[in-house]
Amino acid sequence: MKYKATTALAALAISTSMVFAGGADDDTLAIDGQEMITKTAAPAHMAETGVDTVISGWHFREDDTQSMQADTFDNPGMIAVDQAMDSWNTVEGSAEKSCASCHEGPESMEGVRAVYPKWNEEAGEVRTLAMQINDCRTNQMGADAYKYDSGPMAAMEALIAVQSRGMPVNVAIDGPVAETWEQGKELYYTRTGQLELSCANCHEDNYGNYIRADHLSQGQINGFPTYRLKNAKLNTVHGRFKGCVRDTRAETYAPGSPEFVALELYVASRGNGLSVEGPSVRN
Amino acid sequence: MDFTRRETLALGGAAALTFVLPFRASAAADDAIAEFTGGAALADAGVELTAPEIAENGNTVPIAVSAPGATAVMVLAAGNPTPGVATFNFGPLAASQTASTRMRLAGTQDVIAIAKLADGSFARSAKTVKVTIGGCGG
Amino acid sequence: MASGVKPRVKVPKSASAGDAITIKTLISHPMESGQRKDGDGNPIPRSIINRFTCEFNGQSVIDITLEPAISTNPYFEFEATVPEAGEFAFTWYDDDGSVYNDNKAIAV
Repeated sequence: MKYKATTALAALAISTSMVFAGGADDDTLAIDGQEMITKTAAPAHMAETGVDTVISGWHFREDDTQSMQADTFDNPGMIAVDQAMDSWNTVEGSAEKSCASCHEGPESMEGVRAVYPKWNEEAGEVRTLAMQINDCRTNQMGADAYKYDSGPMAAMEALIAVQSRGMPVNVAIDGPVAETWEQGKELYYTRTGQLELSCANCHEDNYGNYIRADHLSQGQINGFPTYRLKNAKLNTVHGRFKGCVRDTRAETYAPGSPEFVALELYVASRGNGLSVEGPSVRN
Repeated sequence: MDFTRRETLALGGAAALTFVLPFRASAAADDAIAEFTGGAALADAGVELTAPEIAENGNTVPIAVSAPGATAVMVLAAGNPTPGVATFNFGPLAASQTASTRMRLAGTQDVIAIAKLADGSFARSAKTVKVTIGGCGG
Repeated sequence: MASGVKPRVKVPKSASAGDAITIKTLISHPMESGQRKDGDGNPIPRSIINRFTCEFNGQSVIDITLEPAISTNPYFEFEATVPEAGEFAFTWYDDDGSVYNDNKAIAV
């Protein structure tokens, strides 16, 4: 696809040679009146990055898109939350259980989104929320796993995220997860693809600038899963990673791969202190 | 549905043209207007159309119409492959003749609202909406 | 048939007689336009919601004709007069013949 290469190169040229009036705006996000932390001091581990404030992707969107997220009814991502509510109460699998059988109402998930990915002692691994959902489905319910970046998975993640809305992201980066976190950091700064772009090239060096007509954000994931206008559905973190890496013209890692799990942990930690916004609305 | 931006843009057979020159009208849109109005004259006042000057994504463009006293408002997108968007018929319990929705635009073009007013006459309003093309297909 | 179609409606629980209230509706639906092609280049047939109506105690508030240019997950916002206590009836008509309903009672 010659087209994509030229556009992306042209875009890169623009973003480095020309700085548009842009950057994050100064609006305030309140969802149904509840104020969100959308800008805050960068976590200590980002000291050497030159980024002193972490900013939600919400600030990089147009007013119309922003207002769609401010009201839970206007937010089309909330349709998926309703659908997941049905799934939550649906008995599936050989154990004849639903989510509700063990967890009662979804409000029991309050605080969960804010701390994932996190270490699972029993399994001896870093687990994303999606991995934990599938562990419940396969090991507790005897049901089939959701496809990692599928609609039902995104919907269930959205239902769980809503329970923590407004709470600051607070993923641990030390102790048993330290190695995975370092691996994620390494991936964040590794250039990939024929365009030789790393995550940092766009989302650390050039956030606030335009890549053609796209307003580059910091690539924060506190708003995931996110309803994108472009495909009119909820998108998972790994689905978005895949899209970004593909745009560098690289073979991408698979959603759910150890590489993307590590990258998710690292990227999530760059948003420590920002409110959980999922499901957010983005371009 | 996976309606990617690129597909939305491709909806317009002459999508490339839309970036150069916004569609001012199309034969199909003219036909739709004629069918709605029966060929009656169109006044400039009586209907208001709210649409963004620049749409962040052509897939989901918020619009609103307002036509006090109108019985119906038809919305058209002259540069889409088929110009029809929606027709709002207001009933006796409509508290105002206003409505908003979200629509698809295949590229930069004019959005047109035609209102059938209480006295049976018709009014027209139009807005050019620019549809931006992003750099990231992601 | 579009699967998992889910209507959402926002109506205040109560109002004073004669009040104007704002109603919002959203329904999950792909609104397949009929303009797209599948991976093999074959046209994907149109499949949309083509009509939405809102009535209050049998009287029309709004009756909307939808075309393929309405976005995925059709959203509408409009205003209704509430003359007395009663029930709003919302109906969406799918190209495939399916009809989706939702009702909301309002006290005065």
